[in-house]
Amino acid sequence: MLRIENISKIFNIGTINQKQALDGVNLYINEGDFVTVIGGNGAGKSTLLNVISGVHMVDQGELILDEINLTKLPEHIRAKYFGRVFQDPLMGTASSMEIQENLALAYRRGKFRGLNWAITHSEKRFYQEQLKRLDLGLEDRMTTKVGLLSGGQRQALALLMATLVKPRMLLLDEHTAALDPKTAKKVQDLTLELTQETNITTLMITHNMKDAIKFGNRLIMMHEGRVIYEVEGEEKKSLKVEDLLKKFEQNAGSEAITDRMLLA
Amino acid sequence: MGSFLQSIIGGANQGLLWALLALGVFITFRILDFADLTAEGSFALGGCMTVSLISSGIEPVISTFLAFLAGMVAGLTTGVLTTKLKIAPILAGILTMIALYSINIRIMGGASNIGLVRTNTIITYFENFFHISRMRATTMLSVLIVGIIIALMYWFFGTEKGSAIRATGNNEKMCRALGINTDNTKILALMISNGLIALSGAMIAQQQSFGDVGMGTGAIVIGLASVIIGETFMSQKFPFWLKLSFIALGSVIYRVLIIIVITTDILSADDMKLLTAVLIIIALALPKIKTAFIGNNSKKRNQQQKALLSADGENGNAED
Repeated sequence: MLRIENISKIFNIGTINQKQALDGVNLYINEGDFVTVIGGNGAGKSTLLNVISGVHMVDQGELILDEINLTKLPEHIRAKYFGRVFQDPLMGTASSMEIQENLALAYRRGKFRGLNWAITHSEKRFYQEQLKRLDLGLEDRMTTKVGLLSGGQRQALALLMATLVKPRMLLLDEHTAALDPKTAKKVQDLTLELTQETNITTLMITHNMKDAIKFGNRLIMMHEGRVIYEVEGEEKKSLKVEDLLKKFEQNAGSEAITDRMLLA
Repeated sequence: MGSFLQSIIGGANQGLLWALLALGVFITFRILDFADLTAEGSFALGGCMTVSLISSGIEPVISTFLAFLAGMVAGLTTGVLTTKLKIAPILAGILTMIALYSINIRIMGGASNIGLVRTNTIITYFENFFHISRMRATTMLSVLIVGIIIALMYWFFGTEKGSAIRATGNNEKMCRALGINTDNTKILALMISNGLIALSGAMIAQQQSFGDVGMGTGAIVIGLASVIIGETFMSQKFPFWLKLSFIALGSVIYRVLIIIVITTDILSADDMKLLTAVLIIIALALPKIKTAFIGNNSKKRNQQQKALLSADGENGNAED
């Protein structure tokens, strides 16, 4: 499905801040895969996601999705294929617009936006039903401005928006990291529910090793812009946090393990 | 006293024509969240273009429409400078504004101003058609135009395209993730805004029978002041069309304020720009001033956030 071929990305080339964010990454993601990505700070996890979604263009390598070469396509065109949820709950929704307006924007992802009404009556009923699935009571507050919602509510809404029209692939960038533990769990459960229902291929970055093991059928570990460890299937299921840490130490050295990874 | 009342009515009248400028500034400043200084140039462009065309014998209605289109081109220029060439928004606006100064003089055939003497304008059409005074004709015409523009804006910003523009001003990153070409939405909003601002200049020039290359000086600040005055009287719960109407009302109030200040000899007309600037500074600083006085609210929120983060860490630790 998605073929990532030998991609590299260097930021601030030729300056003192030059940073090789991705260094020849190869990855093949199959239809229906749920891949979790772990790694320390600056490992290149977010860059990988940003390069896939077109926020950054690669310096080298190719991205092929279902025979479509994405490598040179701009971000807003690639949006047709990807649903995205960001770490910051403020980034995934438009705060001064209504809940239903946000959903209507998401409903038109990848479609032409013309001079038809931004939101129709029949759509509203559809949104109401979809909001019920979040179990947050938002279906009765469709005209509330999103800015009045809590971080957890906004993130749940962002998740719904990303999957409202089934994307070819869902890209989650530590989308529960900024939430309190209880809300994070709720959003994580919701993620599972929404992705399993229609079997959405998913790439999820997390710094939480337990989540990385618990979720999905594949796990990849990144360090200094490279994939240093990959595991899937039965082997992944039997994995423990200690095993992961050991792998990490072997491949990246113990100093690469950050407190954040251990505490999370 | 009679003449004082007369000048107030005159001011209110003019305020409605300036309301088009306020609505244009509202689009960039509030909807798109873009401080667009092109306004200074495009307002004068509208005025200069209209008087130049009318005095060379072109129909006033067509001249006004061409002025509107010219304003859109000015907006397009700023839009391309900032989106495609990545020039900072403020600078992009300033560059177009400066370029327009020379262009406006060119448009007027090398003159820095043109007066319309005994030529027809849209306003004289109204005067002659309805057999009413110039003042009344101006009022009717401006209410009509502002009404139509508000209706069109209400419709447009309710469409998919308009909604995409509102979202762009709100959260660009989200917009691109949802497949909105934010370069295009920005350019389109700048075009509509500057079209309206040029239309405002075109109407003002016809109303005062005079177009001048310097007539746009301070336009952005006047527009901002009108928006801010309008906003102080509106509730966030207002429907969009009513908000737009209040912006127009803000422009009228601003003009009346000017008349009062000038005619009562408190300050001279020259002090108006200073007064306007101070008014805007106060209005823009108000949220900051409020938190400085009530302050603790945001501090409390920060503390809560910190507590939340640490709880996250501790909790995770215990579980592990």
